[in-house]
Amino acid sequence: MTLYTALRHFADSYGLAVICALYLTLCLWHFRPGAKAYVADAKHSIFRDDDHDDQ
Amino acid sequence: METVVKRLGMWACVLMASIAAIALTPDSGFAIHAGIVGLVAVILIFATATSYDPMARAQSIFRMPPGPSRYDDDVIRWGVIATMFWGIAGLLVGVVIAAQLAFPQLNLEPYLNFGRLRPLHTSAVIFAFGGNALLATSFYVVQRTCRTTLALPGTARFVFWGYQLFIVLAATGYLLGITQSKEYAEPEWYVDLWLTVVWLSYAAVFIGTILNRREPHIYVANWFYLAFIITIAMLHVVNNLAIPVSFLGAKSYSAFSGVQDALTQWWYGHNAVGFFLTAGFLAMMYYFVPKQAGRPVYSYRLSIIHFWSLIFLYIWAGPHHLHYTALPDWAQTLGMVFSVMLWMPSWGGMINGLMTLNGAWDKVRTDPIIRMMVLALAFYGMSTFEGPVLSIKAVNSLSHYTDWTIGHVHSGALGWNGMITFACVYYLAPRLWNRERLYSLRMINWHFWLATLGIVFYASSMWVAGITQGLMWREYGADGYLVNSFVDTVAALHPMYILRVVGGLMYLTGALIMAFNIWMTVLGKQRVEAPMGETAHDDAADRPLPPITAAQPAQ
Repeated sequence: MTLYTALRHFADSYGLAVICALYLTLCLWHFRPGAKAYVADAKHSIFRDDDHDDQ
Repeated sequence: METVVKRLGMWACVLMASIAAIALTPDSGFAIHAGIVGLVAVILIFATATSYDPMARAQSIFRMPPGPSRYDDDVIRWGVIATMFWGIAGLLVGVVIAAQLAFPQLNLEPYLNFGRLRPLHTSAVIFAFGGNALLATSFYVVQRTCRTTLALPGTARFVFWGYQLFIVLAATGYLLGITQSKEYAEPEWYVDLWLTVVWLSYAAVFIGTILNRREPHIYVANWFYLAFIITIAMLHVVNNLAIPVSFLGAKSYSAFSGVQDALTQWWYGHNAVGFFLTAGFLAMMYYFVPKQAGRPVYSYRLSIIHFWSLIFLYIWAGPHHLHYTALPDWAQTLGMVFSVMLWMPSWGGMINGLMTLNGAWDKVRTDPIIRMMVLALAFYGMSTFEGPVLSIKAVNSLSHYTDWTIGHVHSGALGWNGMITFACVYYLAPRLWNRERLYSLRMINWHFWLATLGIVFYASSMWVAGITQGLMWREYGADGYLVNSFVDTVAALHPMYILRVVGGLMYLTGALIMAFNIWMTVLGKQRVEAPMGETAHDDAADRPLPPITAAQPAQ
């Protein structure tokens, strides 16, 4: 089995599964129970900056 | 004093090296580039050795507020000025090359022909205009969202000025005929090495600032900026792996050959679109649209899904640039499938941006900056729909190598990247120069309509031109021969090419109005004008009716 075939088999099996699992975990992480407060806080965080002297 | 001597020694070494390179190289273009580096060294020697401070002088020309501000905004002001300068330059070259295609007499051999000016246009608008906008806004946003000043302030200045040197070397190189012939990666090996140094310094400043943050959460705009910085570093290094013919000459050869080289190039090329022109500008969108609208982003969770979906899908889409070539068929199909899948996260992002205005849609009428942002998002949606359509093999067999591709690119570049950048610069200018407001809001409106009409002229003429071209190329007669020769198609496209020049001129005019507006804002002037969208008020009518006088009883 050449290196190319070995890598190709890995990419089509375990590699693909790991990437899909990673993608779903990263997307769904902010939907976990208890994340709501953090998400809401992050969403509004850009309005906490009073960055100019006239404010 | 010791550090001054050390610095002088360093610049003197650079100067000596560049003089040696000029003396030893047989390559005139390489000698000119060495001369540019030597000139920079001479300027730095003078600035270090004498009390003359060119930076302070230049800062006073551009009316930059003296002394430290709360955030490290100096380099951002320079970035805004560079964005405007390179924007005008890049758009001007674009109009020139559009005119060259309609009127070939305008090709001035050898330095100003289409083949040399075209990469100058693409690099100037993407890397110089877009790149400086990304540098400036990323430094602005990362400081505000992390509530801390820039890490490594000296390195941040090196990043800005080093990037300008990269642009100058790349641009002059194209005119001198120095190119490695890779689209959007034309600069030769030594310029690529310089950009690598600058880019890694950029990453160090940005990541350092995030590590120093005083906010617990890293706001989503920074995720997009970080993805843009890291991915561009990876793409740039891999695609530019090359062996120079000599260390005293510009020419190099790619480390890959044949179809591998083509695939590497379009893996780079498409992800330059995906991470430079999309992820980086989405970062601007996720900060500046909510700030200008005064409302938080519609859905923070959607922005996270948008982010990870772009990251996981975009990197596979490159092979759609190589449909019906020597690339293996499965790879072409893979590129097509991922391009079609990309449609969903792209529209998720567009909806997220537009819905941020939910409940504040009246601002589209009264705030021309919001209007520009909405148009930018609309064009983001349109071009990310058109892209997947064009990547489908059946469609691509008609559209490939035609002007439809050019129209598609410009609806994204002029509509999405251009408009969101203009909106961000309009947002930034009064804040960075401590001005109460912009010189004129009405002039933003002029700019908006000129640019919008310009894009409509450009995109629609290129759609017509591209489909005409594609249909003429594939037309067979009853005898099995092609009906049209290539030059027949060129003649058929001539009116469309003239319409494109008109569209480009309108877009450039809008940008010139903007440059005037920004310059007047920098000078601290305010145009006397009627405010935008003020509700009519009739003072005379705004009072209670006089009391009803009862009829006087008869005495």
